[in-house]
Amino acid sequence: MSRVTLDARRLLCPMPVIRVQDKIETLTPGTILEAICTDPGVLNDIPAWCRINGHKVVESRSDRAEYTVVIEVGEAE
Amino acid sequence: MPQLAQFRIIHGFTRLTTKHNMTEQRKAVALISGGLDSLLAAKVIQEEGIHVEGINFYTGFCVEGHTHAIRKKDQKKSKRNNALWVAEQLGIKLHIVDIVEEYKDIVFNPKHGYGANLNPCLDCKIFMVSKALEWIKKKDFDFIITGEVIGQRPMSQRKETMPVVSGESGAEDLLLRPLCAKNLPETLAEREGWVERERLYDFSGRSRKLQMALAAKFGFKDYAQPAGGCCFLTDAQYSVKLADLWRARGSKQYEMDDIMLLKVGRHLRPAPHFKVIIAREEGESNFLQGYRKQFVTIKTISHGGPLALIDGEPSEADIELAARLVARYSQGRDADLVELEVEDREGSSHALKVEPIKPHEIPQEWHI
Repeated sequence: MSRVTLDARRLLCPMPVIRVQDKIETLTPGTILEAICTDPGVLNDIPAWCRINGHKVVESRSDRAEYTVVIEVGEAE
Repeated sequence: MPQLAQFRIIHGFTRLTTKHNMTEQRKAVALISGGLDSLLAAKVIQEEGIHVEGINFYTGFCVEGHTHAIRKKDQKKSKRNNALWVAEQLGIKLHIVDIVEEYKDIVFNPKHGYGANLNPCLDCKIFMVSKALEWIKKKDFDFIITGEVIGQRPMSQRKETMPVVSGESGAEDLLLRPLCAKNLPETLAEREGWVERERLYDFSGRSRKLQMALAAKFGFKDYAQPAGGCCFLTDAQYSVKLADLWRARGSKQYEMDDIMLLKVGRHLRPAPHFKVIIAREEGESNFLQGYRKQFVTIKTISHGGPLALIDGEPSEADIELAARLVARYSQGRDADLVELEVEDREGSSHALKVEPIKPHEIPQEWHI
């Protein structure tokens, strides 16, 4: 299972969501995408975007000023 | 009965029609702002059995809970993105499109002019519908939905502007406004029987009572109703700051960082060639920290106080004046001297002791 990291630091929502969305378009189902962000809003928005678009958040964590959301890319329709 | 409508079926079920001799699910894209009108418009068309997906355009000027939540006092408020929330309520996909760069031309040169502030609402709507048209062509969708209501907005949602939006965007009759469709000529989706015109609405005017009643009918209890729309350009104070930025730079231009910074802090311009952005509280200081490599920064050492950025090319005397302003907004405002640290873009810093500026020494016109 391949793993890809996305640096979305210093971006305010919805830009991190857009970066995740655009990155996922280039990835195959099952790929793990780790998005590193600084806007705490991503802890709500990226999971919401994943829920409605068929991807799975496997982990969310925060470390001081950074918020990481780990996503498993779902099947494309 | 038209050939395309031969699969017209019961309200609320999947609507299938024939296209190129094949049975096909009709598809519409809804412009989702996150407000009540677009939520209802998409829901009305879903109820017609159409497959609906949402599209949301990010211009950089969108009013987002997160931008407000930079301020610490607002951090306990809900941080939800309303467009995502609406999509989730509807159970539809949402495609968020970054149009920050392309949108600049709309802000700089709106063919139909600005509204009460720097809001180019009509050009904005035309642009967004034209982008949605590009999208449906690429994705093979059948038509576009917006939550527009005749008379809802003084500039962009009037009886006369409805054909302007559909015409100049190129969408023509591919654009359906379910909430006021009965006040407008039939569109393709109605003519072809993909949706039943009689089940669409004839809302008009600024009152939201009919929308609220429809929301209740659909069981929506919680929805966003942003005052003045969802765009910072409709905000008078924000527009004044943007106009000041253009004046100072001698031309209409901005980058993403500029428009973000206009939302944050207290802005004072003591001279045309520089302005000082002073955080109003801790949350804003933390946010401004992210810009330390792009601006000269000032922070207080001897007293608690805000972080400040200097936008422009300040001289030593300008930096001292900026430091006196920062001291004025620190806990040392009544002290004889306040010590501050000035850091340049390369990270070199030096200390400075200044007398806090007195309130009467700050001309009103410095406040942007």
